[in-house]
Amino acid sequence: MSECVIPTLTSNEVVASKSVLPAGWKPNLKDLKSLDLTLPMLELLRRSTSRLPQDVIDALVKGRDAEEEGSRAFNTLNDMVRNIILADGHVTPLCQDTGTIIVWVRHPFGLSQRAAKQQIRAAVAEATKRSWLRPNCVEALSGKNTGTNMDPFHEGHPAVHFEEWDKPEVEIAVMQKGGGCENVGAQYRLPDAAIGAGRDIKGVRKCIIDAVVKAQGQGCSPGILGVAIGGDRVSSYEKSKELILRKLGTSNPDPKMDAFEKEITADLNTLGIGPMGYGGNTTVLGVMAEEMYRHPASFYVSISYMCWSSRRGSITLKTNGEVSFD
Amino acid sequence: MIRLTTPITEDQIRQLKVGDEVLLNGRVVLSRDMGHKYMKEQKPEWLKPILENMVIYHCGPVVKKHEDGHYSFVAAGPTTSIREEPYQADVIETYKVRGVIGKGGMGKKTSEGLQKTGAVYLHATGGAGSLLAERCKRVVDVKMLEEFGSPEAFWIIEVEDFPLVVTMDSHGGSLHEIVAQQSQERAKALMA
Repeated sequence: MSECVIPTLTSNEVVASKSVLPAGWKPNLKDLKSLDLTLPMLELLRRSTSRLPQDVIDALVKGRDAEEEGSRAFNTLNDMVRNIILADGHVTPLCQDTGTIIVWVRHPFGLSQRAAKQQIRAAVAEATKRSWLRPNCVEALSGKNTGTNMDPFHEGHPAVHFEEWDKPEVEIAVMQKGGGCENVGAQYRLPDAAIGAGRDIKGVRKCIIDAVVKAQGQGCSPGILGVAIGGDRVSSYEKSKELILRKLGTSNPDPKMDAFEKEITADLNTLGIGPMGYGGNTTVLGVMAEEMYRHPASFYVSISYMCWSSRRGSITLKTNGEVSFD
Repeated sequence: MIRLTTPITEDQIRQLKVGDEVLLNGRVVLSRDMGHKYMKEQKPEWLKPILENMVIYHCGPVVKKHEDGHYSFVAAGPTTSIREEPYQADVIETYKVRGVIGKGGMGKKTSEGLQKTGAVYLHATGGAGSLLAERCKRVVDVKMLEEFGSPEAFWIIEVEDFPLVVTMDSHGGSLHEIVAQQSQERAKALMA
């Protein structure tokens, strides 16, 4: 079981050949009123649920190759790579917890958000019907499952965020955030006497270390952390989640934050928690941090923990009719 | 690598130690949050013959219902076990369960339950939903599907060479406790 598995995924051509979008489908962005996002959203979900982004695969392989061959950490990371290959080949969910479906739509002036939300909901319901998503939407108190992934109040699930932008194209980004990793996220209010964290970057660092130690393997380590510094309780958490959309291995545009990210990532990987908390050198794959503004009296540090199976992706519909996935 | 087939005897379980790698075969019963609350609070008799000397799997699978009505698992990795900490020891004792599969490990109360009844906690790789679904060969039956919904129902399945690591044994050993302690010490040094 211990030989190095090479993560060879199916080619882009094969992926495209299985697309739910009709061959040659071109969006017409000149007519935003008749633009239907249902099929592009469904195709995005098909890919995100079964195919892990290349940067995440690269980081897992790098982590595995840094572990001692035959160790539990090595074998576990190897099994993760095996799983990635299987899910991609079968077009089945990477993980049974297909997560909370979080969607960010960026669009030009003229797109109806109400219509877009209906179309996104229709795509999520269809993906659930096709077993690409597990029905993950239950009534809070009774635990009753709606079976469709639809929250009847249109508020909680799927979670859809809209932003109007200057560009002429439409971009939809999706994240499938599992419940296990969501549960180990944490929000700190500085100063925090319990962990001796003050209102400075050293204090932020302590929050991150504390959260990762508390999480152990329960968020399916090695994790990816989004860390928002500042904001209010809501905007801070929201930002921390959005940060996880950034590709691993890319630099933070703020050089100070970039240095901080690299340093804290190295520190966290000396904790010895390892893949799934079995022990090892690969506890996190990366940290994405961003500084925000805040009320003078409030200083929040919000940490979103993403599991190793960081299912995310985006689709861009361009004015020339081109459709691209990332 | 140790091969085990359910039903499992107490004697077989007592021989397992933290760190042992196990390939599990035979029948396994899925249960998670709603099932555990139900088992602890209502102690249903009908589950006794299904669970005695068997293994519970903390998992809410993605299930496909085929046209002829039979089910198969599409993705079936473990869910976080610690949520069952308030119930697990009682469930193990009431139903004489010999093993619990999950991820993330469990606490002191469960460890005491494992020691008392003679059971182990078996860790599966979280997120490996596709890989583990391949080892779930057959859905034998499902109970409480209507009442609990698909992720929470008692799915009774047959597994083949299901890969696991013993991370909590029936002698009080816990890999999770060791890793937690060591990482807490390292964190103290980093935060000093």
